[in-house]
Amino acid sequence: MDVHEYQAAEILARHGVPVNPGQVATSPDEAGAIARQFGGTVAIKAQVHTGGRGKAGGIKLAHSPDEAKAAAAQILGMDIRGHVVNKVLVVKGAEIAKEIYLGVVLDRPARQILVMASAEGGVEIEQVAKESPEKIIQRRADPMLGFLPYQAREIAFALGLDSKLVNGFASIALKLYETYVKEDATLVEINPLIITKSGEWLALDSKMSFDDNALFRHAQTEEMRDIAEENPTELDARHSGISFVKLDGDIGCIVNGAGLAMATMDAVKLYGGEPANFLDVGGGAKADQVAKAFTLVTADPNVRAILINIFGGITRGDEVAEGIKEAMERVKLDVPLVVRLSGTNAEEGKQILADAGISATDTMDEAAEQVVKQAHA
Amino acid sequence: MSILVDSSTRLLVQGITGREGSFHTQQMVEYGTNVVAGVTPGKQGEQVAGVPVFDTVADAVAKTGANAAIIYVPARFAPDAIYESVAAGIPLVVCITEGVPVVDMVPVYAYVKEKGARLIGPNCPGLITPGQAKVGIMPGFIHQPGKVGLVSRSGTLTYEVVDALTKAGLGQSTAVGIGGDPIIGSSFVDILKLFQDDPETEAIVMLGEIGGSDEEEAATFIKKHVTKPMAGFIAGQTAPPGKRMGHAGAIISGGSGTAADKIKALESAGVGVARSPSQVPVLLKEAMQA
Repeated sequence: MDVHEYQAAEILARHGVPVNPGQVATSPDEAGAIARQFGGTVAIKAQVHTGGRGKAGGIKLAHSPDEAKAAAAQILGMDIRGHVVNKVLVVKGAEIAKEIYLGVVLDRPARQILVMASAEGGVEIEQVAKESPEKIIQRRADPMLGFLPYQAREIAFALGLDSKLVNGFASIALKLYETYVKEDATLVEINPLIITKSGEWLALDSKMSFDDNALFRHAQTEEMRDIAEENPTELDARHSGISFVKLDGDIGCIVNGAGLAMATMDAVKLYGGEPANFLDVGGGAKADQVAKAFTLVTADPNVRAILINIFGGITRGDEVAEGIKEAMERVKLDVPLVVRLSGTNAEEGKQILADAGISATDTMDEAAEQVVKQAHA
Repeated sequence: MSILVDSSTRLLVQGITGREGSFHTQQMVEYGTNVVAGVTPGKQGEQVAGVPVFDTVADAVAKTGANAAIIYVPARFAPDAIYESVAAGIPLVVCITEGVPVVDMVPVYAYVKEKGARLIGPNCPGLITPGQAKVGIMPGFIHQPGKVGLVSRSGTLTYEVVDALTKAGLGQSTAVGIGGDPIIGSSFVDILKLFQDDPETEAIVMLGEIGGSDEEEAATFIKKHVTKPMAGFIAGQTAPPGKRMGHAGAIISGGSGTAADKIKALESAGVGVARSPSQVPVLLKEAMQA
């Protein structure tokens, strides 16, 4: 789960990281009022769950309340990479003496948490990693002991920071690591972390993502979820225990298991079609789940045919067939349906489907080929 | 022969009295797995499918000589369950549980390594040595004893390929589902090593998916150390970047972890990568005849 910049700043502040003061506005008037309250130069920043805001014109400086109002008027409603801007963050302008990148991520191959920094602050870290990886200073936290002060200092010295600044940097790096662990983040990033001309550390822009599997112990984070940033169908699916991801094609896919669901999409593509979605119905495939899956898939007007691919393991084919039959009675389908049923009690299941006038194939390839043909018939 | 589990496996089930735990214990017993003990704190003295239940793993191990554990407890209790089994000296722990937070898995992984134990999963279907021991949730009947070792990151996709192998007359030595999470106890490389060293495994199938770099690391390992014929499949060729495809680990991030990269890496290591799961047995037979 992602949060907005202003929410990430809130969380960082809670963990003692100095952040640039700011307030959220949803209208130009509000933005103007906040700018007046701050006085001087402010930055108006689009709050959307995507990068590249600056390049898209979603971040503007304003030197007066009127300018702030005008800038907010331009940014609000803007579409940045498919995300509509509903909120802007108005922050006080800062006088930057030095910019640094500081981030905490999971190092998957090492199975450890990695703290990394670069003196090239303000630049996308992916770009630095590609062009000059030696400029990224990395230290891995010990899985048992965590990230230690000496490691934070090592990073500070390697960045070439003035010795007067080392302890301040180390303290922020330690707090950022603590934030990552205590909040169950998958990414915590301050870019840039700056030293102001008066010598203070300030997190000017921050980004955070969280582990969906850990949200059960973070009600406060869950409350930060911005429904406007999420696909309503994906959200609806999650409430029913279904994993759903909307795609651009026209063949609806309903599958049990994530790996098989991806393989099914690939098969659709292999036979010349484009999948309209990824959908994993989860463990069972009872009538309720299948009916829900039908509703989710057919909500997409692009869908021209549906492929159900179930490999019965512990889930029995006859149960699945009953589920499909019942779901079809509840949800009227006006697009062709191709079913592939294999595994436990597949023959019994196919008989049930045949009696209900639904034909089923044996193999995934056959099913994929048929569904593509029917979608484009 | 086989890897990790066989007829000498004495299995302990953590969370045996739960809905999943009791159901799958029954299934494993019916398959012929030697399930010797179950653990649910506070339920000592009960029985599930004829298997005695204990309060603690340590006690269960002392009384039954269990040498493998399988975990069906909810995600928030799973790390503790892994610690308990490893601390009790169980060398092989299989965690079926889905949804364990990654931050919890970092110290779990380190602890298991330090104690010299082996963890399979979490978020996996388990493993099976056909005809000897089923330690997991897979449907037993699709498997057939044989000489093909299979290692996979997914569940039902594994069943799909196992079924295709069996129908093509290719039985399996052991099939291992290593799990779909960002941090898992055993990687492709760990399992490939075991298959390479197992004299009865003659060929290997590897099923990967998008996300992470385990498949790329496997490719590097295969190039250097695997001499047995192999075939593979990578799921998620049509998956878009930035979207989690069901499994927590199945996400293409920052342009890395794509199916195309993984396919390229495996092919450069000499592994035939199928375009569809049904092609896996075909490619494997070709590799075995080459």
